[in-house]
This record gives sequence, C-alpha cells and structure tokens, in this order.
Amino acid sequence: MASQTKPVLHGYFRSSCSWRVRIAFALKGIEYDQVPVNLIKDGGQQLTEQYKKLNPMLQVPAVEIDGITLSQSLAVIQYIDETRPGPRLLPADPQKRAQVRMISDVIASGIQPLQNLYVLQKIGAEKAQWAQHFIDRGFQALEPILKLTAGKYCVGDEISMADICLVPQVYNAERFKVDVGQYPTIKRLNQTLLEIEAFIVTNPSGQPDTPVDLRA
Amino acid sequence: MHVSLVFLAKPVLHGYFRSSCSWRVRIAFALKGIEYDQVPVNLIKDGGQQLTEQYKKLNPMLQVPAVEIDGITLSQSLAVIQYIDETRPGPRLLPADPQKRAQVRMISDVIASGIQPLQNLYVLQKIGAEKAQWAQHFIDRGFQALEPILKLTAGKYCVGDEISMADICLVPQVYNAERFKVDVGQYPTIKRLNQTLLEIEAFIVTNPSGQPDTPVDLRA
Repeated sequence: MASQTKPVLHGYFRSSCSWRVRIAFALKGIEYDQVPVNLIKDGGQQLTEQYKKLNPMLQVPAVEIDGITLSQSLAVIQYIDETRPGPRLLPADPQKRAQVRMISDVIASGIQPLQNLYVLQKIGAEKAQWAQHFIDRGFQALEPILKLTAGKYCVGDEISMADICLVPQVYNAERFKVDVGQYPTIKRLNQTLLEIEAFIVTNPSGQPDTPVDLRA
Repeated sequence: MHVSLVFLAKPVLHGYFRSSCSWRVRIAFALKGIEYDQVPVNLIKDGGQQLTEQYKKLNPMLQVPAVEIDGITLSQSLAVIQYIDETRPGPRLLPADPQKRAQVRMISDVIASGIQPLQNLYVLQKIGAEKAQWAQHFIDRGFQALEPILKLTAGKYCVGDEISMADICLVPQVYNAERFKVDVGQYPTIKRLNQTLLEIEAFIVTNPSGQPDTPVDLRA
C-alpha cells in the first residue's frame, strides 16, 4: 500500500532545499530513503530526462511519498506536517503560522532562488558578489522580523518550518563568506538550532552522498 | 487597542497596481469577499517608494505587498493568502485534501519562488541591459516546468475543479509573461487555464488595468 512505503527523497547533500526536507523528516521521526542527485557530476544529474519526470523544474529536492511525487520543499514540509503525527512544524495559532510562512518565504523566495546553482552559473564571473548581495539583503530584512517574532526559536518557543529554512540558509551564507555576525538574532537562533539532533544528523557533512573530503 | 476592535478594522494592502504579488493578494480578498483599503506604493516614482524608512517598517524586504490585518503586519503574498484563508469564511483557497493541497502549494511555489523572484523589478535593475532576455528566460523555464505539472493536476482549474491559490498565482504570472513578450501559446494548459480564470469576477476587478493607482494611460 502506498502509504506504507518509505518516502524517497531525491536530493543533494549540500542543497539547502534538500536539507530542509531532511530536517522535517527527522523532526517527525520519519524514515525515508535517499537517492542522491549530483548537481555537478555528469553535467548535472538533475538535467536528465529521467529526473525531469520527477521534477520538471530540474531542481532538487523531489519527494516520492504516498503514491505521489512532490517538489518545492515547503509544499513537501507542510504535506508531511499535515499527514504525519509528531511535533507540529507550523504553530496552531493562525497569526504565528502566518509569521512562520512569512519568514520561510523570505528565505525560500527572497534569498535562496537568487543564489542557487543555476542562477550563479548564469551570472558567471561575479557570482560570489551576487550571492553575497542577495543573502545580505535577505538577512537585513530577516533580522528585524526575527527580533519581533523570535523567542527561543524563530517564532516563539516552538521549532517550526521557519527554523527549518533558517539553518540551511545560514550554512549557505557562510559558504559565500557572508558575515553572519552582523545579524545577532539570526546568529543566536542558528547556534541554538545547530545543537538539536534533527539539525545535526541531516547536516550536509554527513549524508550518504557527502564527498569524503567534506565529511565531518 | 482592544483586540476586538482590531478585528473590525479593514485590512490595508500596501501594493502596486502592476506588482504580480500584490495582485495575488487582491484576488484572494476578492474571492473571499473581503473589503480592504489600498495604499499605493509606487515602485518607480521618487526613486521607489518601497525604499523609504517608513515603508521599511512595514516590510524590511522593501518589497510589495505588505498587509496590515488583525493587528499584525504580514509580508510574503502566500503567507498572507493562507492567513486570509484560515481566518475568513467563504470559498476555500486551498483544497481540503492534503495531497491536492500540496499540489496547490507546489504550483504556487514554482511561480512564487521559481519564476517571479528572478524577474522582479529589483533583480532586473541589477541585471541591467539584458533584462528582457533574462526575464523571458526565467519565465520560459518556469512555464516549461509548469506545463507538464498542470497537465497532471488540472481539471477546470489548476488543481482539479476548485479555484485555489495556484490559480491566484498563475494569472498574474501570465500577465508578466505577456509583458515580457513570452509566447504563452507554447504552453497550452497554462493558456487555457488563464483564459478560464480571466472570466472570473475576482480576477477581473483586481486586474492592474483598474486599480486606484493605475496610471491614466494604462487604464482599461
């Protein structure tokens, strides 16, 4: 029966969007299989006709779950939240839930798409400055938002989809040499979250497809 | 201010007539039959009214839309739309079925994360001279993905036969596509859905051609 098969995550160890989904599965205690999609090797395994059937946007992640295939990490995460028991990934209160989505979308629409692999390849030589610019711009907006909404976590004191989006984006920021110290609330939240099991076991440094030289 | 009074105040939409993200929120309000006030934010005039210190307090991303509603200020159109859906009666903007709901979010995010952010005003200003080709490229790329997705999910509307947030995202994106001279005829499902939706009141009254801040020469 479809719902008894383990979900399958097609992703890449260092893809922040794939990491979000891994964290969501881990927070819910859901076992899943991983099929690595190497974004660099063979000209990019996400560009094959085979992968196109899973996700015609030719991006990771794609998730096979309960008989359907979903792409777009936030759609996957909310589906998981709405169909699996375990800790809520979005708050019960509608206003807090809106704040979680707002923060998630600042990251998932306002920052990450401007610094993903495809766009940086198109930008070419100035990719580092381009990526830094858009991450800084997004963090400059996130910092005051989070000052307002955050308790122990991004929104109040419960881990949510906002936290799931934040940690991988801070990882990307550090990769592109953004000084996260300029954003004390982001920095503080990230440090708190990095001590949580679900964020540790899903880290890019320890995935099935993590290259040997990048393993923790 | 008492919470009860706050809930009686009309929502306020800070937006721009031609901003596709603002249009999404206008459609959602219209579908739910919610009255709201509009405060125009001209993205071009005065160097861009979204860049003021005053507007920054509403949305530190310095983008439209921002919505004051029920005592809070929200940005990010899909967060606003789902908040409206979860707190107001009227037709559902997301389906009851979790799998259909996931498909609505997936389609909405292909547009709201995969296409529109790559062709918004700020990015095109940074791209400079090649902005037209850049915008066309990312819209085409997104539509090339949307077309097979929609072939699978669409009935009368983007997902099945009920209007949803996916339809709310689609129409403004097709409007943008046409503005950037993308040939939408290459995407027959997108074209068909757009035509169907453009006949619906909520999509008509919210069209950029008829907003309070629509310039005279662009009025329908």
